[in-house]
Amino acid sequence: MSDVSFVRKDFLEPQDPPARERGAIKWVRENLFNGWLNSILTLLAIYFIYKIVSGAWPWFANGVWNTNNLSECREILDGATGACFSVLQDRWSQMLFGISYPSDGFWRPTLAFVLLFAAAAPVLFSTLPRKLLIASALYPFLAYWLIWGGTIMISIMALVGFAAGYYAFSYMERARGFAAGLAAGVAAAFVVWYLGGFVSGAMPGFIALPEVASRDMGGFMLNMILGTICVSLSLPLGIVLALGRQSDMPIIKGICVVFIEFVRGVPLITLLFVANVVLAYFFPPGTSLDLILRVIIMITMFSSAYIAEVIRGGLAALPRGQYEAADSLGLDYAQATRLIIMPQALKISIPGIVNVAVGLFKDTTLVSVISMFDLVGAIRGPIASSTDWTGIYWEVFGFAALLFFVICYGISQYSQWLERQLATDHR
Amino acid sequence: MSTISDPGNAGFRIGMLLSDTRYRSYTFQFIALILLIVGISYLVNNLLANLNELGLNISWAFLQEPAGYDINQRPIQYDSQSTHARASMVGAINTLIVAFLACVTATIFGVIAGVLRLSNNWIVARLMSAYVEAFRNVPVLIWILIIFLAMSNAFPQPRAFRGDNATSSMWLDSVAFTNRGIYIPSFVNEGWQATVFWLVVLASIVGMFAYRRYAKKLLYDTGRLLPMGWPSLAILFVPGLIVYFLLGQPVGLERPELKGFNFQGGVHMRLSLIALWFALAIYTGAFIAENVRAGIQAISKGQTEAAASLGLRPGWIMNLVILPQALRVIIPPLISQYLNITKNSSLAIAVGYMDITGTLGGITLNQTGRAIEAILLLMLFYLIVSLSISAIMNVYNNSVKLKER
Repeated sequence: MSDVSFVRKDFLEPQDPPARERGAIKWVRENLFNGWLNSILTLLAIYFIYKIVSGAWPWFANGVWNTNNLSECREILDGATGACFSVLQDRWSQMLFGISYPSDGFWRPTLAFVLLFAAAAPVLFSTLPRKLLIASALYPFLAYWLIWGGTIMISIMALVGFAAGYYAFSYMERARGFAAGLAAGVAAAFVVWYLGGFVSGAMPGFIALPEVASRDMGGFMLNMILGTICVSLSLPLGIVLALGRQSDMPIIKGICVVFIEFVRGVPLITLLFVANVVLAYFFPPGTSLDLILRVIIMITMFSSAYIAEVIRGGLAALPRGQYEAADSLGLDYAQATRLIIMPQALKISIPGIVNVAVGLFKDTTLVSVISMFDLVGAIRGPIASSTDWTGIYWEVFGFAALLFFVICYGISQYSQWLERQLATDHR
Repeated sequence: MSTISDPGNAGFRIGMLLSDTRYRSYTFQFIALILLIVGISYLVNNLLANLNELGLNISWAFLQEPAGYDINQRPIQYDSQSTHARASMVGAINTLIVAFLACVTATIFGVIAGVLRLSNNWIVARLMSAYVEAFRNVPVLIWILIIFLAMSNAFPQPRAFRGDNATSSMWLDSVAFTNRGIYIPSFVNEGWQATVFWLVVLASIVGMFAYRRYAKKLLYDTGRLLPMGWPSLAILFVPGLIVYFLLGQPVGLERPELKGFNFQGGVHMRLSLIALWFALAIYTGAFIAENVRAGIQAISKGQTEAAASLGLRPGWIMNLVILPQALRVIIPPLISQYLNITKNSSLAIAVGYMDITGTLGGITLNQTGRAIEAILLLMLFYLIVSLSISAIMNVYNNSVKLKER
């Protein structure tokens, strides 16, 4: 019975999947054209992208880079679509540094800007050696000296004041507790600052850079100055406000709640109006504060209220057991807050804090409304109203948007990276 | 938070004000209160001294003086002889108009972009990410200015619509985009019939919602499923149409027409309003898109799978299972976005839209020099609006909140 029905002895070669089920075609079928709705959306999106690219590309490619004014540029373009990027070449200094910052000193804010990244790196990336944090702590004083100029003694004395305050605080805290330490620290710092004022006043030429007045700050530099100063100042204030709002003491809680809700309920512009026209009334007669200083005060108030709300969220998200565990270890309020509560609450609130910081940095453009020449103010003022460049807007505002985009997008990418790093919970 | 409390046994000594946790909080609060009072009285003292020196005083009489300036968008009766109070009220209404329009539009943009960003269509998802990132990372002031300038340069002048070889034409013969603004048709109401017609329209909208509610209740109570789609449409449109033709077409459209150098008739929406509205909507839409995306992603996949295993169709899964749960996550940040729109609408001052910051905080302040009073009123206005928006939205939030017992 060898005549059994046929059985295949050799296997067939494996075949590739059908053409429409592999490679790019499969991907396109599955991702772009599965179903009529998706196909329509895909076609719409492609059409939209085509419209944008076909409009923007000639504008960009035909860009004119070296003319002295808009009419020359339009002559060269001769009716064709094209950008007049020469405005950037002509006015870059106004957009970056403002109208009246001395041009031979441009290296100073530039250096401060570059050093900002170096100083921020140890704070941002915890893998770097912790010793570098000392350099970060020195940065604010160095940056002040670079940007505002004057003798370096001002910065040094300010630094010595902080150091004395910190030393007094840690000494007294060990002996008499947190509150006494705080009082001693503040007192020591103020004494040193007061004495330091005489020292730096006595030697105005000691390693001095030419002084630049605050009203000469402008351009993107002003946005950076306001953004960094106000965010860093509002962080400790925000922590204090958040703790106050979570506190058991009704009066302190009430003060914090009223402050936070009031500031969050009004637009930043009204606070800037206050800085511009009202705030001077609240200082003793005869004192005159720089507009930039008044603006810093108001923006710091503004952002500290928002940061306080973010941190309050972090505090509320901590499990109750953390507070109780701290109590059962016998820690007092200051110790528990500093060692147990805050490290965890701040970690939870990092994304929110970064959001507030990015929003605040963007909101610094609002100072152009009270006629300060920040980036937007410089574009709307000296550039748009000059006879050479009146009527130009895409190029300059596009440049401004690009600057902000690069910084803000960078910060938000960092925050997402950090969130992934800090995610210690189980997934 | 609570800290350890010492056992209460011995009598009270003065030192316990600092050392005993039971009394220490009173000490701290007392100190804080004293500091607050001292601080405020110091500031007020300075204020009074400064005002004295300048020969000024705090007075609200300026509100009753004639304003003497014109406002280009007047939702209520106003002319340059009206009082500053009236001007402020016009500005307040203008603020509310642009804030309301922008809130509605931003929600639409945000929901569409947020849902599409999660779509499995690669190119659409990427496009929406680009939109969200581009608008979130650039200041809204720059967007307002770019959109305003782009519109006023791209739209033709009214005279381009004139003549036989006009370079521009009206859209559907009734909407004109010009660099002075957008002209749209307006309704012309004739007599009591028009009132009746609008009441019927209103009633049919209410009726549609009532019907849908009834059908839902019936479904939940008895399991009977009434058709939803076509009866809703019928209730919405049929009574209105019948009344419209029975009463002899009492409501007509007035189309804008080119007369002289400008368009006449219809509704004139100024470019400042359009640009501000559009910029606020598209900017905040990007933020809302992120909230919507986060809300949908917060619903675990098990919910979809459980719903599918109950036999629900995909559309129902979204409507009955995912969205009601996602809404709980979306609404609180949505409230704060609405607040942001209202506050950001004060940037109107950059494009010359006369909102309350432009009238009370701008021209009135500069003309009368009453800085403290004007800014105080301005802050009060925004504070009231913010608090009311959060109150209203919190009521809604409570109605969709998870009922935990």
